[in-house]
Amino acid sequence: MKAAMALAAALCGTPAVAGWEPAKPVEIVVAAGAGGASDQMARMMQAAIQKNNLMKQPIVVSLKGGASGAEALMYMKSSEGDPNKVLIAYSLIYMLPLSAKIPFNWRELTPVSVVALDQFVLWDNSAGPKTVKEFVAAAKAASAPFKMGGTGSKREDHVLTVFLEQKTGAKFSYLPYKSGGEAATQLVGNHTEANVNNPSENLEVWRAGQVRPLCVFDKERIAYTSKVTETQSWADIPTCKEEGVDVQYLMLRAMFLPGKVTAEQQAFYVDLFHKVTQTAEYKEYMEKQALKPIFLTGKDMVQFLEEDDAQNKSLMTEAGFVAK
Amino acid sequence: MEAFGLLLHGFVVLLTWKTVLLMMVGLVLGIFVGVLPGLGGPNGVAILLPLTFTMDPTSAIVMLSCIYWGALFGGAITSILFNIPGEAWSVATTFDGYPMAQQGRAAEALTAAFTSSFIGSLVAVLLITFLAPMISSFALKFGPPEFFAVYLLTFCSFVGLGREAKHKTVISMSLGLLLAGIGMDTVSGNLRMTFGSPELLRGINFLVAVIGLFGISEILLTMEERLALRGHAASISLRVVLGVWKDLPKYWVTLLRSSFIGCWLGITPGGAIAASFMGYNLAKRFAKDPESFGKGRIEGVFAPETAAHASGTSALLPMLALGIPGSGTAAILLGGLMVWGLNPGPLLFVEHKDFVWGLIASMYLGNVVGLVLVLTTVPIFASILRVPFAAVAPMIVVSCAIGAYAIQNAMFDIWLMLGFGIVGYVFKKIGIPLAPFTLALVLGNRAEDAFRLSMIGSGGDLKVFWSNGLVGSITTLAIVLLFWPVIDGLLRRFGQTQRARTGLQQRLDQ
Repeated sequence: MKAAMALAAALCGTPAVAGWEPAKPVEIVVAAGAGGASDQMARMMQAAIQKNNLMKQPIVVSLKGGASGAEALMYMKSSEGDPNKVLIAYSLIYMLPLSAKIPFNWRELTPVSVVALDQFVLWDNSAGPKTVKEFVAAAKAASAPFKMGGTGSKREDHVLTVFLEQKTGAKFSYLPYKSGGEAATQLVGNHTEANVNNPSENLEVWRAGQVRPLCVFDKERIAYTSKVTETQSWADIPTCKEEGVDVQYLMLRAMFLPGKVTAEQQAFYVDLFHKVTQTAEYKEYMEKQALKPIFLTGKDMVQFLEEDDAQNKSLMTEAGFVAK
Repeated sequence: MEAFGLLLHGFVVLLTWKTVLLMMVGLVLGIFVGVLPGLGGPNGVAILLPLTFTMDPTSAIVMLSCIYWGALFGGAITSILFNIPGEAWSVATTFDGYPMAQQGRAAEALTAAFTSSFIGSLVAVLLITFLAPMISSFALKFGPPEFFAVYLLTFCSFVGLGREAKHKTVISMSLGLLLAGIGMDTVSGNLRMTFGSPELLRGINFLVAVIGLFGISEILLTMEERLALRGHAASISLRVVLGVWKDLPKYWVTLLRSSFIGCWLGITPGGAIAASFMGYNLAKRFAKDPESFGKGRIEGVFAPETAAHASGTSALLPMLALGIPGSGTAAILLGGLMVWGLNPGPLLFVEHKDFVWGLIASMYLGNVVGLVLVLTTVPIFASILRVPFAAVAPMIVVSCAIGAYAIQNAMFDIWLMLGFGIVGYVFKKIGIPLAPFTLALVLGNRAEDAFRLSMIGSGGDLKVFWSNGLVGSITTLAIVLLFWPVIDGLLRRFGQTQRARTGLQQRLDQ
């Protein structure tokens, strides 16, 4: 990989300009496997930065999805003072330290910006129940375990499943898969009854008419109104609250630098990712993946993180997922 | 013959000077990364991915997939010459390929490997061309019980059909399973056997283990015995190549069987790795003299290579049709596709015909061009064996270390690799086979997850493994293979008593 960076650096050339700028290729650290939502987002950013010449140094995506993403967190923690690594984080930064006792605290990293919020949708097989009400009734009536697929254990999908149980009184058997893509195909193949995938993870199978979105876990509907399938747009999916199940959950997508970098270095990346959110690539990606655009930095970001952390912590505690 | 028309259209898209040139560049780069142990396909494709951002999607994917084919071909080179498998599926190629190289038949082994790779890929591409829609619906039939049954089949075929003493296979496999448990457990979300060390969080990377077990231990053994690679200067010429090709028809059963296994396991998402092992084991089982396997038999190269490439190629199908990558390299390709706004999924075949058929056409062309390229360079690779060991050994160790480091950019992995080198050396000395160990290390986690997910889904009922025809027949086959030596013995005895009885009858009749 090092050799690759050197090669890439040599290809792109490195003229020096005033103000702090990375002098080495920059690594976007992905806390998930290849092809997952974080990886896709990182590659979108890589392409947006490169195509619009937002930075002189090349940018490389480095996948550190080992141990359900804990590898990336420990990697960032141990890279203190290195301004050439940016983590693309999601709610694992709150959850993993609680569930698996990973010695990590996001406050040790340098926050750059929150770049998007990801939605969760309740999906079932297109041959299954057509509304949330029917779905809940089917789950309650099922004699065999009613299977809910999701990514990983004691994480967002699992927490949401526990909350669905609490709000509806139905009982689910949660099957933890390695990725959202796997959870999607397992639902299509009828090996599970439902999943709570992010829009991007189920997009293609929805378009192919193999799964049905039942409701979205947000207080308002998704804003995008252009047709995704032949008849429906993201905005046509009702909220779970509308359907009588008051469960809400959004997941952050945020950029972090390692701890102990200078304010100048932090400022460079705040500016860089602000520019990224202005590109056509970013906007197109947000709409395609049905993400909520947002840009928070500085004090606003820290406040957001603290609140989000507190909420996740209480959810995890209530679900009984906090390791003793 | 809609597929045929579309394929021709794909060729039209491809056959421009620019694309053919990109193809050659991709193949050469691919062979290059394939030859460096540990660098391998996934890393090579990942490194070169950004180079393609400025190209149009078709050119880009042609170049990337050619790197993929190149790496697949290249992986066989190190397996045969140095006993260091580049990809997970090259492990079985070392069993007979390396002994052949030691006997001075390196060129023959390389030719056999390349040719059978080509045949395997070709069969798989034909399958993709004509059966793509059907196969993707087959892959959807695989839920946790089906996945577990396939892994069980692989493990059982190893124990039941292996040449080594059964208890040694089981010991080796159990150790592998134990090490596979290190790291995050997906099903419970807890860490296991990490002892608070952040380095162990990742678990043991398969490739790091393989580079050590096979590569480093081989260097240690060679150093102990004598300071020379045991290969002689192989006489390489068109004659060797033609000689191997002339004998090909003799092995048609093996080639066909391995192609079939490869295709079948390749389209089973994630099953590609098991294919080469199974191809090898079955070839051995059905051979008249199974004892000669592992001692440099050309069939022992044909069988795993054909299966590996059939599965490596057909693994692209679940990636395109379902978005599930069948191998590490396919996963990186998947990331690449998304950058160009092509979302793998059931609609890719409908909405991006140009792209899909361009890619399939590039599989045909890439393989033909690749075969010619590697065959013409065989002399160069085989001549490495003529370099004195004292000069080559340090280079191999360094390249192993770079490979182990590059996988996860971790210094710890180099120590781990050296540790596995010593383990491999000891195993070889006390006659414990390495293959079951590596197999368990690769598939252990997946088998465990699949088993536990099946149990959650069925409420703990083992009958789930016989709940439908597909999973039931795979599970039953697995158990038959596990007890094959016993069953085989019984059958033989039964046959003998039958014969004895009819013999007696005949005598009485007279």
